[in-house]
Amino acid sequence: MTPAAILVLAAGTYAFRVAGPLLRDRIEISAPVQRLMSTGATVLLVALLATAALTRTQGFAGWARPAGVLVAGLLAWRRAPFVVVVVAAAATTALLRLAGVP
Amino acid sequence: MRSAERTTLYRDVALVCLADGVVAASFGAIAVAGGLPVWVPVAMSLLVFAGGAQFSAVGVVLAGGGSVAAVTTGLLLNARHLPFGLAVAELVGPRPLTRVAGAHLIVDESVAFAIAQAEPAMRRRAFWASGVSLFCAWNVCVVLGALAGRAIGDTDALGLDAAYPAVLLALVLPSLRDGAPRRAALVGAVIALAAVPVLPPGLPVLLAPAGLLAVRWRS
Repeated sequence: MTPAAILVLAAGTYAFRVAGPLLRDRIEISAPVQRLMSTGATVLLVALLATAALTRTQGFAGWARPAGVLVAGLLAWRRAPFVVVVVAAAATTALLRLAGVP
Repeated sequence: MRSAERTTLYRDVALVCLADGVVAASFGAIAVAGGLPVWVPVAMSLLVFAGGAQFSAVGVVLAGGGSVAAVTTGLLLNARHLPFGLAVAELVGPRPLTRVAGAHLIVDESVAFAIAQAEPAMRRRAFWASGVSLFCAWNVCVVLGALAGRAIGDTDALGLDAAYPAVLLALVLPSLRDGAPRRAALVGAVIALAAVPVLPPGLPVLLAPAGLLAVRWRS
């Protein structure tokens, strides 16, 4: 990893990040479009958590991780506190791995 | 804005900082154990500040890939920050200085914390509180991990790879109460998952907003 590579990656990443706020300055955005973009972020986050829960590189992640996320989902759905949801996810996955589940 | 709401927010942010801090320490440790100098993970964390891209780029380099491949992988993974930036634009601006800093704090968790709040003032507070805290925790822990080197064990054994999707799930669940966003999110997630085996990492997620079209088509 050369300094130049890190700088290019950093600059590119920052460009992606700042593009949204800069664009919003220049174009008038109606309320429905604004709602659509907020929903778009939700859709993106759900896709991100689904792929993070189920996949590793380009294949299946194994059962331990999705099982932990499933437990978290059930707890969150039952409105358990955030701390409980996150700790339960990690604990379930860790215990399953300890028991030999990949 | 009630103070109980704020207390809950800060406690939740602290927990995510703790979980991400351990992951950050493992990033520093993996990079240094793989033979990279300490400044590499430290500089990356300060300047790139995106966990997935940092792990992938360093992974490519440690596997013998070149800088071009590492940068391309990282940029593909970070392309999602553009739509995220559109969604949180009003929280980042409007003053130039806060926007320069705020844009750098757009990460999955700060976006999720922001859109989980109902009121605009609370959204702004959630974005900045989680963004600033995560930036500090992430960078401090990368330094500690890089200095500790091999002392940090495998974070998978702690189940921390399940904590990240769990955090996002807990934060987006309230937004999924309405039928239309829920259907769009489900369709988007299925599209992204179907694309994982055939597209390079980072791209499948970018196809997910197509789920919005599926729902609008019906209504």
